[in-house]
Amino acid sequence: MGVVKSHIARRCGVALAVFVVAAGMAGCASTARNPKDPFEGFNRAMFSINEGLDVVAKPVAQGYEAIVPGPVRTGIGNFFGNIADVWIAINNLLQGKITEGASDVGRVLVNSTVGIAGLIDVASSLGLEKHAEDFGQTLGRWGVGEGPYLYWPILGPRNVRDTFGFVVDASVDPLSRVHDVPTRNTLTGVRFVDVRASLLPADKVVEEAAFDKYSYIRNAYFQMRRSALYDGNPPPDDAEEDEDDDEK
Amino acid sequence: MTRNDFFEVSAMKWFFPLILGFVLSVPSAPAQEQVVSPDALIRQITEDVLSIVREDRDIQGGDTRKAIELVEAKALPHFNFQRMTALAMGRDWKKADPGQRERLVDEFRTLLVRTYSNALTGYKDQIVRYRPFNKPAGDGGDAVVRTEVLQSGGKPVQIDYSVEKGADGWKIYDVTVAGVSLVTNYRDTFNQEVRANGVDGLVKMLSDKNKQLEAGKK
Repeated sequence: MGVVKSHIARRCGVALAVFVVAAGMAGCASTARNPKDPFEGFNRAMFSINEGLDVVAKPVAQGYEAIVPGPVRTGIGNFFGNIADVWIAINNLLQGKITEGASDVGRVLVNSTVGIAGLIDVASSLGLEKHAEDFGQTLGRWGVGEGPYLYWPILGPRNVRDTFGFVVDASVDPLSRVHDVPTRNTLTGVRFVDVRASLLPADKVVEEAAFDKYSYIRNAYFQMRRSALYDGNPPPDDAEEDEDDDEK
Repeated sequence: MTRNDFFEVSAMKWFFPLILGFVLSVPSAPAQEQVVSPDALIRQITEDVLSIVREDRDIQGGDTRKAIELVEAKALPHFNFQRMTALAMGRDWKKADPGQRERLVDEFRTLLVRTYSNALTGYKDQIVRYRPFNKPAGDGGDAVVRTEVLQSGGKPVQIDYSVEKGADGWKIYDVTVAGVSLVTNYRDTFNQEVRANGVDGLVKMLSDKNKQLEAGKK
């Protein structure tokens, strides 16, 4: 438990430090136009940094996709997905979604055994569908407000609620419990590349569709998180009603 | 009855069901669209497009032009781009005069078709599942058809189509992928441009973007 606590404390510390800097930058964020994004100036700076980092990450992901055969990549994705399902199950249960949580527990049991340590997603073919939950969503379900939008180095877009959600997600990440440092770093690295590679198909669409990539990603993040919070059935958004009804 | 008459009659007998069958099987035939339910329409467009993509090595290999041609032929007639443009612009739509509206719709259509046809080139035999459809109350109005793209090892990606009943059948006016509307995602950018450079500024921004994409430059 001590390990967990120190982990949370450390990550909270980093998060808070950056948040204070962000708050300090608010004064000079004169370009802010979206009320949910009061720190736009700071966020755009972080966004540029991330775009810079991606100059390295993207080719690595492309190389991974080119070199590693598809079935192997699927196995790797399944392996990390199975580990993640444990925390997804807990979050579903914390949100009171017993059926989903039980299904996730079933997934872990089936995939860890019949699915050879999670390499094969047998559970999905048995009708136990994969979910995507995190502590940020759980906080949202509990009624915690989302707070301002932030763009973090490496992590990317997260509002304050999801930032704290991430700190908790990371603190219970099974990979952080692997004691052998080279193994831990390798696993974390492979997982990162796997995730980056899974985003490659979206890259081209976003590059072509967006006028201002920062704003396109920000809006997509808002809509996506809102949908995730309501498990794909969000109530109608007021903003959607702006449309001029007599001009259809 | 002469021999010729007999031939004609029997030919007609066969011919009519044939025409009827043909008309019924052509998706864009106006006579048929009144009876096609929104979920059947979405399923038909999806299967039409994907069955071609599955066979087409060029599209799988990233041939954008061919993907665009496919989308234009199979999907385009079932979209209401005027409503999509109005939805993307929000309140600013009212500020545009008829001439500007026509250009806005035209440019926005080009942009959407181009960017999302590209997504087809990434298709790799994923399975599309059609969620149960709840018919809206009454005859007309709006409805949402929900589908899911199953992918191995991941949460299914939800793709929802908002449809409205028009004079010639159901038309799609919004598509959301994993909760993200491909239309309203533009609203911030569009509003900002109209605020800065007016409606003509937005027309120019869209047409510049399309020219840039057409030229193959970023």
